[in-house]
Amino acid sequence: MPLKIAVLAKQVLDPEMPMAAFRIDADAKRVVPPANIPPVVNGFDENAVEAALQIKDAQEATVTVISTGSSFALDVMKKPLSMGADELVLLQDDDFDNTIDSFQTAQLLAAAIRKLEGFDLIICGRQASDWDNAQVPLGVAEILGVSCVSLGKKVNVADGKAIVERIVPDGYQVVEASLPALVTVSNELGQPRYPTLRGIMAATRKRPTVWSKADLDLDDSQSEARLMLRQLFIPVSDQECEFVEGEDAADAGRQLALKLREAKII
Amino acid sequence: MADATGVLVIGQSSAGSLDSTAAELLAAGRGVAASLGEDLSIALLGDAVDAPSQQAISHGADRVYAVTSPLLSEYQADLYLAAMDALCREVNPRVVLISRTNEGRELAPRLAFRLGVGLAQDCLEVSVDEASKTLLANRPVYGGNAVAVVSCVQTPQIAAIRPKAYEATELDSSRQGQVVSFPVELDASQARVRVVETVREESEGVKLEEARVVVSGGRGLGGPEPFAGLEDLARLLGGAVGASRAAVDSGWVPPSYQVGLTGKSITPDLYITVAISGASQHMAGCSGAKCIVAINKDADANIFKDARYGVVGDWETVIPALTEAVRELMDS
Repeated sequence: MPLKIAVLAKQVLDPEMPMAAFRIDADAKRVVPPANIPPVVNGFDENAVEAALQIKDAQEATVTVISTGSSFALDVMKKPLSMGADELVLLQDDDFDNTIDSFQTAQLLAAAIRKLEGFDLIICGRQASDWDNAQVPLGVAEILGVSCVSLGKKVNVADGKAIVERIVPDGYQVVEASLPALVTVSNELGQPRYPTLRGIMAATRKRPTVWSKADLDLDDSQSEARLMLRQLFIPVSDQECEFVEGEDAADAGRQLALKLREAKII
Repeated sequence: MADATGVLVIGQSSAGSLDSTAAELLAAGRGVAASLGEDLSIALLGDAVDAPSQQAISHGADRVYAVTSPLLSEYQADLYLAAMDALCREVNPRVVLISRTNEGRELAPRLAFRLGVGLAQDCLEVSVDEASKTLLANRPVYGGNAVAVVSCVQTPQIAAIRPKAYEATELDSSRQGQVVSFPVELDASQARVRVVETVREESEGVKLEEARVVVSGGRGLGGPEPFAGLEDLARLLGGAVGASRAAVDSGWVPPSYQVGLTGKSITPDLYITVAISGASQHMAGCSGAKCIVAINKDADANIFKDARYGVVGDWETVIPALTEAVRELMDS
């Protein structure tokens, strides 16, 4: 039996977009997506795709990417397929706004995973670059009752166990988790691979499976909101920078040292 | 749940001593408890927690739940979670505060899901709407580009607080409090993740999180070699060296150097950034720095918006001159 791997991925606003393009609709309490900047697959989720593909390079495995949202840029969401993933499942419904309430998002993803009859290993990015909640993956693990390892920088599967190098503040731990397991990964995993031409061609031909709310067996008792967004605003900094100058760059460096001494900072 | 009351802080302790993050949570919790007109408890988990219990009372706890089991002697997420879940169901607090430490990052979301409630993640500030007794949490989103104010709908209302967002209050050893013993029955088979090996790769010298001075390098350094120059400057100032995510991703320095949203949060008196553009992702890790000095050749770099002092220039010229001048000042 090939190892069954799922990757949970989110479509997000491009975090590298210029700050000037970042706008908020304060009344609607939401970020206004800039018209001319396409969204991207969340960076950590691309690391998750890479982690899954590394396992697939070494042993027989299938990789299914699952995402939820109210609308998708299909060419963006197909990137994991062009990197080498096998299938794409999109949970798409006007109700799936997946912003602040991680509880609802995790319920949807868990329902889809159940519908797909479970996975041996679920790999996720540590957090999404938009709401930075870092909750959905851990929530999915709780709902499904599978083992959970966070902040992996290397993921392997052997003898029915996930072996993960997990980042801790002063280094890393090697941990073992019984399967099925959910693992979150971080950028320390390394650069995700580039799509190959063959991969891009294959991805073009692949059609995603699209499920709406009605296709998912959702537990109504869990449908109540857990979190309320009361306000959303852009913070203002009142810091005024004093530029230290000199005759040339070297002199500016010297002047900076004197300035710091004068201010009793050094 | 009906009749939820009080604020419960989940505190960490190590080697028989209360962690600084627990003392910070107590400072945050005192404010919340006062606004609610309710009391402040702390849960301490371990095989024995007598010494940190007294410290927690001195730092502001009215009550300590000594959550003990031989299986809690070392941190293991599944077992800690089972113990916290049992305690929350028994105590029924209105508010639960957890520090977003490495452990808190996994415990807080899992506890919230297990209790079926929401979590306000990574908060910089918490306050209370007194009429509704609702916790209002301020948290940066979009990598720090925006701030969201969120509240939890059900109780307990759980918030994960960013380390160092609050300052611990002075120790007052005359404070009195109650210690409630809460032994938990755990089964070793509940632990589904096992640590096989721990590898330390901390750089020598001063720890980044505790350093009074930090010198960080970014993408603009162009390679690993220039970090040696930053080491010299940091050593002169008795500080530590950090890096932006771009420098870590390029493999120039180990991940343990990373300052930022997904790296370390630092709170030095002086933070010198070299060839760092100042993406909000990075700034999220140094918002607690008292004085930021930016050296960057791009006068429009974002970093200057948050800097107290700036030098627009090439680090290859500025850093050696700065280092030499600092050396002279230190010697004189």
